[in-house]
Amino acid sequence: MQRRDLFRPKTAALDAVQAEYANRTLPSGLERSSAGLEPYAGPWGDEQMLHLLRRTTFGVNLTDLALVRTKTLAETVAQLLVVPPLPAPPVNNYSSTADPTGVFPGATWVTAAYNSTVNGSRTASWKAWWFNEMITLPLSLREKMTLFWHNHFATETPIIDNSRDIYNHHALLRQFALGNFKELTRRVTLDPGMLRYLNGNANTKSAPDENYARELQELFTIGKGPDSRYTEEDVKNAARVLTGWRINGTTYTSYFDSTRHDTGNKSFSSFYGSKVITGRSGATAGELELNDLLDMLFANDETAKFLARKLYRFFVYYIIDAAVEQNVITPLAQVIRQNNYEITPALSVLFNSAHFFDPLNMGCVIKTPLDVTVGLCREFGINAVSTAVPPAALTDAQRYGIWDHLRTQSSAMQMHIGEPPNVAGWPAYYQEPQFYEIWINADTLPKRNQFTDTMVTTSGYTRSSTRLVVDVIAYAKRFPAPADPTALVNDIVRHLYAIPVSETLKTSLKTGSLLSGQASDHYWTDAWNAYIANPSDTQAKNAVITRLQALLKALMNAAEYQLA
Amino acid sequence: MLIGGFTVKAFGRSPLLESLVAAATETDRVLVLIQLNGGNDGLNTVIPLSEYTNLSKARAGILIPEAKVLKLTDATGLHPSLSGLADLYANGRLAIVQSVGYPNPSYSHFRATDIWLTASDANQNLSSGWMGRYLNEEYPQFPDAYPNTVMPDPLAIQIGSSISPGLQGPEVSMGMTITDPTKFYQLVTGMVDPAPNTPAGHELTFIRQVSQQTQQYAAVIKNAASKAANLSTRYPSSPDHTLGDQLKVVARLIAGGLKTRIYVVTLGGFDTHSNQVVAGATETGTHATLLGRLSKAIAAFQDDLALLKVDHRVVGMTFSEFGRRILSNASGGTDHGSAAPLIVFGKGINAGIIGSNPIIPSTVTAANNLPMQYDFRSVYASILRDWFGVPQQELESVLLRGFQSLPIIAAPTGVGRTAITPDSVTLRQNYPNPFNPSTRLQFTVADGPVQIKLFNSAGQEVMTIREGSYPAGTHEVWVDGSSLSSGVYYCRLQQGAEVRTIMMTLIR
Repeated sequence: MQRRDLFRPKTAALDAVQAEYANRTLPSGLERSSAGLEPYAGPWGDEQMLHLLRRTTFGVNLTDLALVRTKTLAETVAQLLVVPPLPAPPVNNYSSTADPTGVFPGATWVTAAYNSTVNGSRTASWKAWWFNEMITLPLSLREKMTLFWHNHFATETPIIDNSRDIYNHHALLRQFALGNFKELTRRVTLDPGMLRYLNGNANTKSAPDENYARELQELFTIGKGPDSRYTEEDVKNAARVLTGWRINGTTYTSYFDSTRHDTGNKSFSSFYGSKVITGRSGATAGELELNDLLDMLFANDETAKFLARKLYRFFVYYIIDAAVEQNVITPLAQVIRQNNYEITPALSVLFNSAHFFDPLNMGCVIKTPLDVTVGLCREFGINAVSTAVPPAALTDAQRYGIWDHLRTQSSAMQMHIGEPPNVAGWPAYYQEPQFYEIWINADTLPKRNQFTDTMVTTSGYTRSSTRLVVDVIAYAKRFPAPADPTALVNDIVRHLYAIPVSETLKTSLKTGSLLSGQASDHYWTDAWNAYIANPSDTQAKNAVITRLQALLKALMNAAEYQLA
Repeated sequence: MLIGGFTVKAFGRSPLLESLVAAATETDRVLVLIQLNGGNDGLNTVIPLSEYTNLSKARAGILIPEAKVLKLTDATGLHPSLSGLADLYANGRLAIVQSVGYPNPSYSHFRATDIWLTASDANQNLSSGWMGRYLNEEYPQFPDAYPNTVMPDPLAIQIGSSISPGLQGPEVSMGMTITDPTKFYQLVTGMVDPAPNTPAGHELTFIRQVSQQTQQYAAVIKNAASKAANLSTRYPSSPDHTLGDQLKVVARLIAGGLKTRIYVVTLGGFDTHSNQVVAGATETGTHATLLGRLSKAIAAFQDDLALLKVDHRVVGMTFSEFGRRILSNASGGTDHGSAAPLIVFGKGINAGIIGSNPIIPSTVTAANNLPMQYDFRSVYASILRDWFGVPQQELESVLLRGFQSLPIIAAPTGVGRTAITPDSVTLRQNYPNPFNPSTRLQFTVADGPVQIKLFNSAGQEVMTIREGSYPAGTHEVWVDGSSLSSGVYYCRLQQGAEVRTIMMTLIR
């Protein structure tokens, strides 16, 4: 990954429609929250619960919501921050017999030797597997934070190009998703995937490569905030500190080669207090100097502030004005530093705060493509199912096939996991002044609508006798009063929309879909009750299915559905 | 395969090929469906005066006083709120088909609506709608190959928040929706619904703007709207007249040149179980109000179409999922019934009454319902065959079997139409020829839509010379070849099934 790639974006420029309507400058004059990080003391009801779940997971899984209803806010946040057990690794879904390295279908390949024939299939296997983790993990922040770190320490699989290193790199992000930022940074620095991605393995005393040293400061720690003033000399000296690291292609680990290390002293600018990192030699030199470098970077106020701003833009909103800087960013950075870069105390403060729960901060995030694809699966509690009659147990090839479809769909909406556009991550998280609006253009918005449309048809998405489809009846049954069309529309709108809509609109949705234009609610009630009384009656079943499908399609086609 | 004298093979699988194949039913005609939700009381809409004595026994509380009925014939009249429709009848623009229904009728709104929209038998479940199947036959490969030069516009437009099951094709919906007239005017002006001045409101507005502009047909709809304004002053004013508001949009889009074949609009509230009329003044009340809105809206729409000079292209039809019971109930209303009259209007129809008055028994109980005279699918079949020119084989695949035809649409020799015969269509050799850069074409056609296109010697379409309706007779058009290079070109004229081709040479 060469730095110049940063200036050659892989994503298309704004299309004409987007360019016309997206921010041309950061919006000013919007009504903003004046609240800070003081604990939220208002009501703890569905509105707040749904807001918290939308931001900390993908979509709102109704089982999660039911659990949250039994908890206080503090208990919910504590539960979100509990580190869940690590998932079983991805398996061979790509061959019908043992692959060239002897890995049988259903067995994991993450401990098998690299093999160029199956390398691409394994990378695809890992991406598909990741989707299942995002869809199925109950009430936890880990998968959103794994994505956060993937966007923060962004790497691209085609450049790492080794599925073992790719998997290990991402296992590290998941392992530390709710861990210590400084320790994660240390490990990422020495991670073979990152060493290859940013040429760290080519950084030697005779031919220093500044690539990683630059991104370490610009994108991973100090950032480019208004008070960031590191110098080009600082980049050069950090690169000297990092000389000598190499990759062992057999063990998929990194090691330090002291003969390639620059043993001289490294002097930094006044921005870093004119710090001098003493040059060392011998087997431990690399690690000791790296520790000194990280101590220097993490002693700087900018690192915590940079992380606080990134967390804010990931979880709250993209506009950081003077008030947000003062009321949220500065104190959040303090919490991060006071806890020695453990990440959960800061997340706990943020998700318990009055600022987070201010209605002005609700519904203002534009869903990422993953919020759309994974979010839909979680909202409707769906995953791959068999279309065989009677249903057959799914093979790994079938299950991964469905998850791969979700990967393809997200990718078509311009978020390809494993392949962010460059080392800076996805522009929606950093590109001023458009930020989130980058997700929505003349190509991606229709694709979002087509995706949700397909999911609420009767056949959904089908491949290899496997299907992903919304079971509209099962979904309606999750609500307390599915026979009452007014209550059902209210409940569904509250679940699927992050912003309130007018009674007029709800009535029109109800009449246009559930009531087929009829004026009286009881016609839906009768149809629903007729189905419940005789679920095997095809006509009775179709009568409710088509109307629920029409309702969901209309709801998910509206702009409101794109907000979280 | 030869079409019009040159091989189609060279075209490959192009939209042009599709158009040539589908050209058997090339038409600029439009159908407007007005769905009356709730089950309209047919007996108080088209009143069988010949049965008045028995009617007054069965539904004394709600029957319209005989003197107030608007008489169409001695035996049959309209509800007094339908004066607009009575005028259309008098002017030869309105037909009534009596007692339309189907065997073993359903009295459930949902089921009956689904039957009407899918054109199924009472005991049959279909997942596609009759209009969807028709449009799928006409425009195969929708939506993948669309929009294209042959069909740049929506195949069907529904005004309403969710798309009608009637427009559902075998795989995808063949129609687009315009949520309501307000959304249409927003699209035309580029406005969106107001949102609060908050972060969420800011992003919502942005997404709405992109959404509006990325609706596949936004540009063609805006373009059509910019080409025509409503000319009739007879549209009733909002907010109660939602049907009139919907039809205003439809008239503007038709006159603006959209090739869209089907429009669906709705008027709800016909489920008049109680207080259908005001006691003691039965010509007033809920049903009278609804019929008044229907009548005013249709009359204004027809007036508008005539002023916009597109009335020869448009036929409209009302339908409701069922009629209501003969016997009125104790709540001043009527319960769900079966067969009911259906109204067709337009310049191209045979005005009059098809069928006879329903027979009302002298003793009527709640079990009595009107028997059907005509299957609703006969009405569909007649319109598809006689209005859209759908051949019999295609008709049977749309309606799943054959249905007898009714004389709803004026015969090809009827009002405003001359027959297209081999003799009525000619295309003379252009003059001058060879030419540079322009040349004159003279052609004779029957009344109706004509398409003239220019192809190069490789068979590729290079220009649409004319596409639109002509009155019967001889016409002239200049072809401007200044954007073309020297060579041999084929000029092809098609009207209905008749195709004429001439060869011309451009020398620059």
